[in-house]
Amino acid sequence: MPQNAELPPKTRGLTAIAGAMSLIAVLLIVQIWLLSAALESFLAGKRSSALPAAIFSGLMFLVCFGLYLFVDRVDADVRHSSADQ
Amino acid sequence: MKWLGRSSSEPLWKEEFSVRTADERYVTRRQLTKFLVLTSFGMFVGNLWILFRSWFYKPPTFPEQTVARVGEIPVGGVKLFTYPTKDDHCILVRIAENKHVSYSQKCTHLSCAVYYSQESNRLECPCHKGFFSIADGSVLEGPPSRPLPKILLEKRGDELVAVDVKVS
Repeated sequence: MPQNAELPPKTRGLTAIAGAMSLIAVLLIVQIWLLSAALESFLAGKRSSALPAAIFSGLMFLVCFGLYLFVDRVDADVRHSSADQ
Repeated sequence: MKWLGRSSSEPLWKEEFSVRTADERYVTRRQLTKFLVLTSFGMFVGNLWILFRSWFYKPPTFPEQTVARVGEIPVGGVKLFTYPTKDDHCILVRIAENKHVSYSQKCTHLSCAVYYSQESNRLECPCHKGFFSIADGSVLEGPPSRPLPKILLEKRGDELVAVDVKVS
């Protein structure tokens, strides 16, 4: 089985981006669930769940944003390294 | 903002419209990631909106309204009225000599008008056979999942006055 460092930069880059995207997709699904649960709870008159839901949603957005920066950087690095070759 | 923008000296159009197919895959995946992150931001904004709404929520106040006189309807009898607005139809039932109960007439399933069945002593929705308890408005049977909103009544002299709506 080849080591990660032995793989071509493009393959490594695509794997990293696919992994980050999968993680973002999972976080997004959790966020959608969180929003629908918070809305349902709000409409039912229970207002105590709004704050924790907003905090967790914000944290998940920050993680997603961090992953986006990672994807952006990997994308740029790989394409520039292939352009240099 | 290098950390957010492009780190390349290439013009944007050259990066976005790659000649090589392999490079194009990076662009499309990056764009999809951007779209997903924007959606994530939208979810966060939605949660913030709910938070602000719950912080600035003011419980509704209901006016006082005389709905009937004590002896106006017989035991087992019914009177229909509107409360708190003209569009909110309610039902008042005299279930005992000295006991009146009142509920919103709108079924919590699909908003059909419920009526009082004296034979079975319950409120019934004719549309989808939803049955509610006359004692507290709770669901006895059928598709509704929530009890009927209860109109709180106060007896003032010989008048019954609606003072509040209790939604469980």
